[in-house]
Amino acid sequence: MSRCLTERAIDHVVLERGEVANSWRTERWDSLRLLTPNWQSRLPGFGYEGEDPDGYRSMPETIAFLDRYAGVISAPVETHTTVTSVTGDDPGFKVSTDQGDWCCRTLVLASGACNIARVPALAEAVPPGIAMLSTMDYRNPDQLDRGGVLVVGASATGTQLADEIHRSGRPVTISIGEHIRAPRVYRGRDIEWWMDAAGVLDERYDEIEDINRARKLPSLQLAGTANRTTLDLNALAGIGVKLIGRLAGINDGKAQFSGSLRNQCALSDLKMGRLLDTIDEWASENGLDSEVEPAHRLDPTAIDDAPPLGMNLNNGEIKTILWATGYYPDYSWLNLPVFDRKGRIRHDGGIVTEVPGMYLMGIQFLRRRKSALMDGVGDDAQDLSAHLSDYLDDPAMS
Amino acid sequence: MADSDKTVDNGVNVQALLDARVALESMPEAAKFEWRASCEWKDGTYSHSTVEGYFGLGEQQKHKTIFNFDADHPAVFASEDRGATPVEYVLVGLASCLTAGVAAVAQHRNIQLRSVVATLEGGMDIQGILGMDSDIRNGFDGIKVSYKIDADASQKDIEALVAQSQKRSAVYDIVTNPTNVTVEVN
Repeated sequence: MSRCLTERAIDHVVLERGEVANSWRTERWDSLRLLTPNWQSRLPGFGYEGEDPDGYRSMPETIAFLDRYAGVISAPVETHTTVTSVTGDDPGFKVSTDQGDWCCRTLVLASGACNIARVPALAEAVPPGIAMLSTMDYRNPDQLDRGGVLVVGASATGTQLADEIHRSGRPVTISIGEHIRAPRVYRGRDIEWWMDAAGVLDERYDEIEDINRARKLPSLQLAGTANRTTLDLNALAGIGVKLIGRLAGINDGKAQFSGSLRNQCALSDLKMGRLLDTIDEWASENGLDSEVEPAHRLDPTAIDDAPPLGMNLNNGEIKTILWATGYYPDYSWLNLPVFDRKGRIRHDGGIVTEVPGMYLMGIQFLRRRKSALMDGVGDDAQDLSAHLSDYLDDPAMS
Repeated sequence: MADSDKTVDNGVNVQALLDARVALESMPEAAKFEWRASCEWKDGTYSHSTVEGYFGLGEQQKHKTIFNFDADHPAVFASEDRGATPVEYVLVGLASCLTAGVAAVAQHRNIQLRSVVATLEGGMDIQGILGMDSDIRNGFDGIKVSYKIDADASQKDIEALVAQSQKRSAVYDIVTNPTNVTVEVN
């Protein structure tokens, strides 16, 4: 956004509570690699130029990439500046920080969708002998007791951590709710390449049938693995991770799991099948069938005949529960009437229509399916900076 | 996927359901329902239950008629078999909920149904209810639902219908997840 505003000669400042790429520096586990390949980080006027376009960035590489971009575009970043409150200030906004106040005519919220780890209320019923941590606090397996680990959540984060922790010698059970399975590489190309090429990632928020549903979908069950392997539930079961239903309750130290595991996996397999059908159709229509490997389907997710429905949390087998149950944004400092009943900001493709001059970025399916990806934010910034510029020119007209 | 220009009629007013979703978005209180049943003991294991009133959309509601349910146990339990067993009512509830869901989802997805038949089996080791072995639970050790569906759709689309119906089913949720039950004596 800063780069787009500079291009339009709009005077602006970027407030950053820490250093550039702060959440990548301070809120991620050690081994994390981006889920998108290196080539897929096309920012306005900037992109990957290294030797390994199909690899996945480590955290130090991600931080260096964003640092370099901030330098190249000469972004006017005020680091170590924490916003404490934002209020309306006719005309525009008053932004209070721990380094003083700012007044501005327009405001862009790019503070992210993943500020706070979501931990379900039933965590309060976990017996005291069991250590709990969220994926925000997790860094590496050495943090954990030797002994069993219950990973709750099986989207990209849960499956990656289940794999890493189980391989460290701590037997893992993973509790599985709604998730979306996807192969890392399909027909010889990265799944992200296919979704990009076939236009899936460019699907727009105002053209999709049920945008509320699309914005709530969990992240694809992907991992930025060195050998580009698929990390799905079958892969986890293959190394000995136990698959168990969604955690539904904890009573008297006994965890209860939903009997819906089979259907959760069936839904996910069917959804993956539809994505691969779309890819195959697109490949045929575009004459790629002779260039890429033949179409194939993955084996269905294998579930035991009768997965356990309960687990005694007091018998010492489980030492740690890791909550991989998602994140939500922190808007505690935002004092404007823009929230719906679930605490989400009401917006139209990032334009906060009820508060003219206010914009939102970097959240799931903001304007396009790719909006929350590094590769997607550029197109959104182009669109929103154009709207913002029109608004500054004539507040009454936009 | 099914063609979008054909007319599909499974007898489900999907538009009314979609409209209700939009309306309830702005008044979520109206979405709070309470379902009720009353049951009176008759004799032995035989009881008679009725369903009539319920609460929803902010007010008391009534079915068009009182629905009656006789429950009993069969002769092998030394009973007189004057009605289905309570656990069979659970199977009926699950089957009818999933089947209603199949019809609604099919309508929404523009799939014409010709026939939908579900067969349910709930396995149970009665050593549990007879108090013979505390390691054996009272309830079902598993429920198997088999659908035979003839519809204007591919096998994959039919599988997706049935999967989505489970995802949105109240009884499926009640059966697969724990529910707090409070029983009082007045």
